[in-house]
Amino acid sequence: MPELIVSPFPHIRDDVSIEKIMYSVIIALIPPTACGVYLFGVHAFYVIITCILSAVATEYVALRLMGRTFVMDGSAVITGLLLALCLPPRLPLWIAAIGAVFAIAFAKCAFGVLGYNIFNPALSGRAFLTISWPVEMTTWTKPLTYDAVTTATPLGLLKMQQITTPHINLALGNIGGCIGETSAIAILIGGVFLIAKRYIDWRTPLAYIATVGILMLLLGQDPIFHILAGGLFLGAFFMATDYVTTPITSEGRIIFSIGAGVIVVVIRLIGGYPEGVMFSILLMNAFTPLIDRHVKPRVFGVKRKRFFILPAEKEVEK
Amino acid sequence: MLKSKSFRAGIHPPSSKITAGKPIERAKIPPFATILLLQHAGSPCKPLVKEGDEVKTGQKIGDSNSFVSAPVHSSISGVVREISTQQSPMGREVQGIIIESDGRDEWVRMNGIAPETASREELLGRIREAGIVGLGGGYPTHAKLSPREGKEIETLILNGAECESYVTADHRTMLEHNEKIIKGMKIIMKVLDAEKGFIGIEDNKMDAIKKMREAVEREGDKRIEVISLKTKYPQGEAGILVKAVLDREKPSGGHFYDIGVIVQNVSTAKAIYDAIYEGIPLIERVVTVTGDVKEPKNLLVRIGTPFRDLIEECGGFRGEVGKILKGGLMGGIAQWKEDVPTIKGTNCILVLGSEKSRLPEERSCIRCGRCVEVCPIGLIPTILGKLAFERRFEECQDYNILDCIGCGSCTYVCPSKIPIVQLIKYGKEEIRREAG
Repeated sequence: MPELIVSPFPHIRDDVSIEKIMYSVIIALIPPTACGVYLFGVHAFYVIITCILSAVATEYVALRLMGRTFVMDGSAVITGLLLALCLPPRLPLWIAAIGAVFAIAFAKCAFGVLGYNIFNPALSGRAFLTISWPVEMTTWTKPLTYDAVTTATPLGLLKMQQITTPHINLALGNIGGCIGETSAIAILIGGVFLIAKRYIDWRTPLAYIATVGILMLLLGQDPIFHILAGGLFLGAFFMATDYVTTPITSEGRIIFSIGAGVIVVVIRLIGGYPEGVMFSILLMNAFTPLIDRHVKPRVFGVKRKRFFILPAEKEVEK
Repeated sequence: MLKSKSFRAGIHPPSSKITAGKPIERAKIPPFATILLLQHAGSPCKPLVKEGDEVKTGQKIGDSNSFVSAPVHSSISGVVREISTQQSPMGREVQGIIIESDGRDEWVRMNGIAPETASREELLGRIREAGIVGLGGGYPTHAKLSPREGKEIETLILNGAECESYVTADHRTMLEHNEKIIKGMKIIMKVLDAEKGFIGIEDNKMDAIKKMREAVEREGDKRIEVISLKTKYPQGEAGILVKAVLDREKPSGGHFYDIGVIVQNVSTAKAIYDAIYEGIPLIERVVTVTGDVKEPKNLLVRIGTPFRDLIEECGGFRGEVGKILKGGLMGGIAQWKEDVPTIKGTNCILVLGSEKSRLPEERSCIRCGRCVEVCPIGLIPTILGKLAFERRFEECQDYNILDCIGCGSCTYVCPSKIPIVQLIKYGKEEIRREAG
């Protein structure tokens, strides 16, 4: 008599895994990465490699110290790569490495294994570096010079000197800025790939970018400029869509994105920094548990669309 | 052509209906048949025979006084050899009557009833006496067709969705016995005093839709309509089917009676035809024997035939066997032995080779939200699973755990391979147990 395998249903699983999703995200990040190396030269490449290696090594050590098994699921590679893409091209490598160590050790592993951290690790690492090394973190180089010729970012130019940059340069990326943030087109290619694969929710980048665009338009600013400049595209397609740190329902994701969009506008127009994408996502990360608690889809057979259930209402129902 | 009706969310698992083109064949009469005394939802039957008794095909051998129950009949003629505890394909142990065939297949038959002149009580009584239960879900049909006082049923929906991969039993029945299905349906409508009848069929079975429409036309009954449904899992779940066909939702915590609907499987309607017109109790049914067997078939099987006999009749295993399932790929129950008997609710015996049976490795949730996206009920499965695992049952109820229909779509799409639906099921069972 043959030995039979007994397991609960379903007896078929979708052909998708954590690795498959993570490596797809890495593939999607190739266009902005390649673009960054092309624009800013070999040092940008070193920054990227430093961040990835530091991130993976930190995760390995941290998980071993915690007595857990290390799985090469690609998530640490993404954190390292995303961090590198939002760093200045000529950042000293040791600073980049510290950023990656912080991102993994404090923003991710301190909360446990993959899936439990509250704040986006890459952006946490960047925030840490921004506060610790403000000068190095705001030293930008001219693209395609492959030299230490400094320049300013389009948002910086606008804020400090009221100079606007042509839209075409913002789209292509031959401007000053972070390694992987300058070319909106390259980021869009990767983002559309992930949306087509259904690995990210299209609503998130759309709501985020649309909120910034519409608010800027209403406030008399150039909406196209504000959409294309800075880190909005990278943030909208690759960071506001991070599974772990953003809401789990599509309704919640829209609220998250609109909130982040509003914060970007407030920081860019009123705040001290020229750019607000990083803080907007980190701040909304903090709201994610609250959004998840109150924003639920309508349940089949329950009449009202119940976005918010008040405690008093709950009592009445019982 | 009208657009196929559907519902929100759901999944599209790969479909392998390899037996769709194979006509129903009569399976061999087994040398031994094991008639379980519990083949339905509700109370088990008590045996009406004892060891050594001679029985005929169609003879009632088990019955119960309880309302939610259905009698069982011998499916072969022969001698009662043993009444003992048996393994049910539903996963539990129940009492069963083992009958050894005398090879003669001698019948006792009830008289046919003319449904036009028969009273409602007479028809319901016969449905019960014939041991008819839902051939999809296993709920005793006479009980289902007796709604509580004051609840009017205006609509009957026949379920011909058959959304499970591999299963083609209902499909073949619709192709080959469409007139009997319609006649059976009219009997149910008479019992319920229903004004409108629908037959919902997934649009991967266009031939069945066509055949059923022709049969309705021949019958000339204006109350009956065949509805094309989008091919999507779990289209065949009763609540989902009602939503797709009528755009009505079974209220949370309520019953189909509350929205004036009853759902019956198409094969159940055919069994009702047999019981009323021909006086044949439910002693055989169509079983799709498929997957990794040498010759997949749709077999007309006597209830009580061991799975092993049917697999042998289909040429045996192809390659190394991994799992034997009662039911389809999504909702099937894995068996731990081959000699479990066919019961009334066995629509499919699916053999999976060892390659297809490999169990995935479970990882932690990355909150990707895929389970939320596919849940047809609008739940947040991963959070429910986690809360149930941590035994936080009050919070589970805040997240509407009892509304889960257990379709398993969440578990199918999970990249971390978490058995979410089992965790939720555990939570539901614990909550119901605590409530008493």
